[in-house]
Amino acid sequence: MNEGTTGWQEFRKGFILENPLMVLMVGLCSSLAISTRVENGIFMGLSATFVLVFSNIIIASIRKWIPDQIRIPIFIVVIASFVTIVDLSLKAYFPPVYDRLGVWIPLIVVNCIILARAEGYAYRNTVWHSFMDGLGMGAGYTMVLLIMGVIRELLGTGKIVLFDKQIISLGSFNPPAIFILFPGAFLTFACLMALLNRYKMRKKA
Amino acid sequence: MNEAYRYFLIFLGALLIYNILLIRFIALCPLIGVSTQVETSIGMAMSVLFVMTMATTVSWVAWNYMLKPLHVGEFLYIPVFILIIAALVQFVEMFIRKSSPPLYRAMGIYLPLITTNCAVLAAATESVKPGFLKLNVAYHFSLPEALVYTIGVALGFGIVIIVFACIRERLETSPVPHAFKGAPIAFIIAALLSLAFMGFANLLGL
Repeated sequence: MNEGTTGWQEFRKGFILENPLMVLMVGLCSSLAISTRVENGIFMGLSATFVLVFSNIIIASIRKWIPDQIRIPIFIVVIASFVTIVDLSLKAYFPPVYDRLGVWIPLIVVNCIILARAEGYAYRNTVWHSFMDGLGMGAGYTMVLLIMGVIRELLGTGKIVLFDKQIISLGSFNPPAIFILFPGAFLTFACLMALLNRYKMRKKA
Repeated sequence: MNEAYRYFLIFLGALLIYNILLIRFIALCPLIGVSTQVETSIGMAMSVLFVMTMATTVSWVAWNYMLKPLHVGEFLYIPVFILIIAALVQFVEMFIRKSSPPLYRAMGIYLPLITTNCAVLAAATESVKPGFLKLNVAYHFSLPEALVYTIGVALGFGIVIIVFACIRERLETSPVPHAFKGAPIAFIIAALLSLAFMGFANLLGL
């Protein structure tokens, strides 16, 4: 129970202290696969945040009636319903984005972040705290996706294109395509993590 | 295209060219989490092969004989498949605990983890949803094709996770920069392995 904390504290911890990707190391797969473009990051981040927030709210509000033995299947059904909503809405309103994200939208169901927050947080806390927790975690996830998207798109293609408009261009820079390919994702993520480790060590020392 | 050759292409494509871990980034959590020892990796690889084959078979039957004739597949496949996988994992766990204690000791602890292993859901979904797959061999799998595909995916998972564990065991004794200790250096290795697997691209026109 975290009755003593304010909603803002719950929101803020998702950013750095308990960032789902960098610190808790859950939900890695989707973040590495789709961060080739900033635009993908925005859509994926928003979709995951939507599912996270609403499944947290629902689970927190019915937590008193969920029998302990079958809680995991119940969580999964709640999560799967919201993922289906996202899946069908993206398909209807943003078909090109849906094609690019492909299998990753249905895979939000098994994205460990969401189940981990349902089990580890929403199941034990009030609706308001769970709402803020979901929002914070979603924001932390989206933030890392955006950072990786910016690095990879800028270095890999030499420019950033958002909604068919070119935002930044590096001009005559000859982009190493490796950054938008598979190894680039691992490399970028490893370097980001090492930077965070270094920052933590500095703080400790 | 001749029949046997098509099966071969599906298998090879799933195993190497579109390797589930290094090329498609599905199921990275167990890759980083479980691959610290060779022995546990072998256990995990075996359990994934086992569960994935069964889950795909059941999902394929559910899709073709239940969801598709009733026209509810489009919006029900996610909950149905994930429930099939979760139920199947529970059932398999109970069954092997009673029937074969040695097998249970070998893979019992990995079974609950597999429910949230995205690879199982991904393989089940791709074997029934035409167009999901970026292989240009076949877009609508028959049951034997779906099985060959799944076994390819699972073996591809197994090979990589075992190779990865071998490298990480060596790494324990190697000097690594402080900031890169632990997970970051594992990602660097993954990047190098992924670079190697990219060499398989365009093999046999896949």
